[in-house]
Amino acid sequence: MFNSTENYIASDDLRLAVNAAIALEKPLLIKGEPGTGKTQLAEELAKSLNCQLIQWHIKSTTKAQQGLYEYDAVSRLRDSQLGDARVNDIGNYIVKGKLWHAFEADQRPILLIDEIDKADIEFPNDLLQELDKMEFFVYETQQVVKAKQRPIIIITSNNEKELPDAFLRRCFFHYIKFPSKTEMEQIIEVHHPNVKQDLLKQTLEVFFELRELKGITKKPSTSELIDWLKLLIADDVSQEVLLDKDSDIIPLFGALLKNEQDVSLLEKLAFMSRRNR
Amino acid sequence: MFIDFFLTLKKHKIPCSLRELLDLIALIKTDIIFADVDAFYNLAKVVMVKDEVHYDKYDRAFAEYFEGIEQIDIFDTVLPDDWLRKEFEKHLSKEEQEQLKSLGGLDELMNTLKKRLEEQKERHAGGNKWVGTGGTSPFGAYGYNPEGIRVGQDKNRNNSAVKVWDKREFKNFDQDRELGSRNIKLALKKLRKFARTGASEKLDINTTISSTAKNGGLLDVHMEPERHNAVKVLMFFDIGGSMDEYIHTCEELFTAAHSEFKHLEFFYFHNCLYEKVWRDNQRRHSETVDLEEIIRTFGADYKVIFVGDATMGPYEIVAPGGSVEHWNEKPGSDHMNRLTSHFNKVAWLNPQPELHWSYYHSIDIIKQLIGNKMYPLTVDGIGRAIKELS
Repeated sequence: MFNSTENYIASDDLRLAVNAAIALEKPLLIKGEPGTGKTQLAEELAKSLNCQLIQWHIKSTTKAQQGLYEYDAVSRLRDSQLGDARVNDIGNYIVKGKLWHAFEADQRPILLIDEIDKADIEFPNDLLQELDKMEFFVYETQQVVKAKQRPIIIITSNNEKELPDAFLRRCFFHYIKFPSKTEMEQIIEVHHPNVKQDLLKQTLEVFFELRELKGITKKPSTSELIDWLKLLIADDVSQEVLLDKDSDIIPLFGALLKNEQDVSLLEKLAFMSRRNR
Repeated sequence: MFIDFFLTLKKHKIPCSLRELLDLIALIKTDIIFADVDAFYNLAKVVMVKDEVHYDKYDRAFAEYFEGIEQIDIFDTVLPDDWLRKEFEKHLSKEEQEQLKSLGGLDELMNTLKKRLEEQKERHAGGNKWVGTGGTSPFGAYGYNPEGIRVGQDKNRNNSAVKVWDKREFKNFDQDRELGSRNIKLALKKLRKFARTGASEKLDINTTISSTAKNGGLLDVHMEPERHNAVKVLMFFDIGGSMDEYIHTCEELFTAAHSEFKHLEFFYFHNCLYEKVWRDNQRRHSETVDLEEIIRTFGADYKVIFVGDATMGPYEIVAPGGSVEHWNEKPGSDHMNRLTSHFNKVAWLNPQPELHWSYYHSIDIIKQLIGNKMYPLTVDGIGRAIKELS
């Protein structure tokens, strides 16, 4: 059973979703705002269940076939021109993909398919059978690769593309909401156990204020908040500076805002508030 | 088992199949949850709902299925004292009623509840103590039963079923998607600008052959990146008022565009474009986006498509303060000009039949403002607009 680990706070419904996926051995599709810990979930799950984590990061050019295996025809051709003896065994040119590795692992592994929405629209459809039956066929060697035990599969998506229905049918789905203030306190407690209580309160206030600021292009998320705190602690920013509502600008804001338009917006606002005084 | 529940979900148009129902039953069998309606709410959500746009429908369906049981949102309304009591008594067994007496009777219980509720309100900022926390509250005792009255015991407000499915947190996601007609998708497909970007993935046969030949027959492989659609689209939808009758067509267009373009941003406006637009109709008055910001954010290479009937009083376009909703400093035409001068390609799709256009003065003005690039919202019209845009 999956529980919050020493550096990851999982909400009750997320825990339930993961446990349900483990119980029925179904892939779990995770969506949510960037920075809410979707990818980290797989890492922490692997740690908490003490099993191997196989990560498959999807890019726009990734093909489903690459997850199964690739037949390196080009190097075989080249070898044949050079008269290499390896040429006779086609198996020498089959390169195993992440799914293959996950299927043949001795102990039940966790397979993370990260950011599946980055790939081509057809990508999820090409994996239907493999995720359902947990087996596939290698044409070149006429061999069936079957999972020794069904791996736990975590799939993350940033919602850039819609996933096909047939694919969704085969998954469980969970949407990670942005954490509330209390949850946020727990998360920070886990990452920076020694942060002072009042400093924490102040940072959270600034952080949620910033999230509510209108016109900001990329709202800061949990991971940015944690980075910011790290900087604040390293820099030993005194509480007074942070508490000082009259100061021009939030200290070390670069950790929170990742976009020059947002930064200039903040500077403008700070300038205006100064002028109003 | 759960067949009614399943049918209720179906009735609310949540796309789920028998397969999900079987999964849910299989999960219940594994004892992953036990007699806890909150957990059941979450579990069924994980299994049955596959997209957050359906969360709102799910909440409604769930509320309907457990109708009248969990729907009371205690913290937003005055406690319906009589109602609660009636429900209470109806569902209590003899032993439970005895138990109740030992706690000082129902009145005493209700008083305690009220006190706790008041406390809850006062401490709203901290917000981590709920009625019934830690299992000491008598109210929690009945929470296991879906037929009982449950007064949240969860430490986290977000996760309490009462709160969640009544507040319908995910309301905004629902696009109420009609499956758009394939024709529109096909028309939009013409707006494809293929570009070879990214990693070299495909075998470039021509270069490979010629360079292998040059190499004296020794293989020399050349790769090239694959082509994909790199077009970027910005859409502005007129919403409300006279647009209501075209809502179906607009939804189809919206769905089609959504699945066709990788880089698609959309905004709403009302009647004419003014200094602010918005992304979300529910919060159109609080969360607006400045037009200036859009011009700053999106490059001139974005293709802009307006969807609107352009039917309004002419003063709404040309006069300052002409907006029917707010006081606008500058006339709508200024904003239109600002936008059209920034973006290279702009087109307007009008759901009104083209024959009727000449009857409306405002359509004429808008047409001039966007340089005659107004097309009817039909498959053919979209095709023409796309031709203009590409």
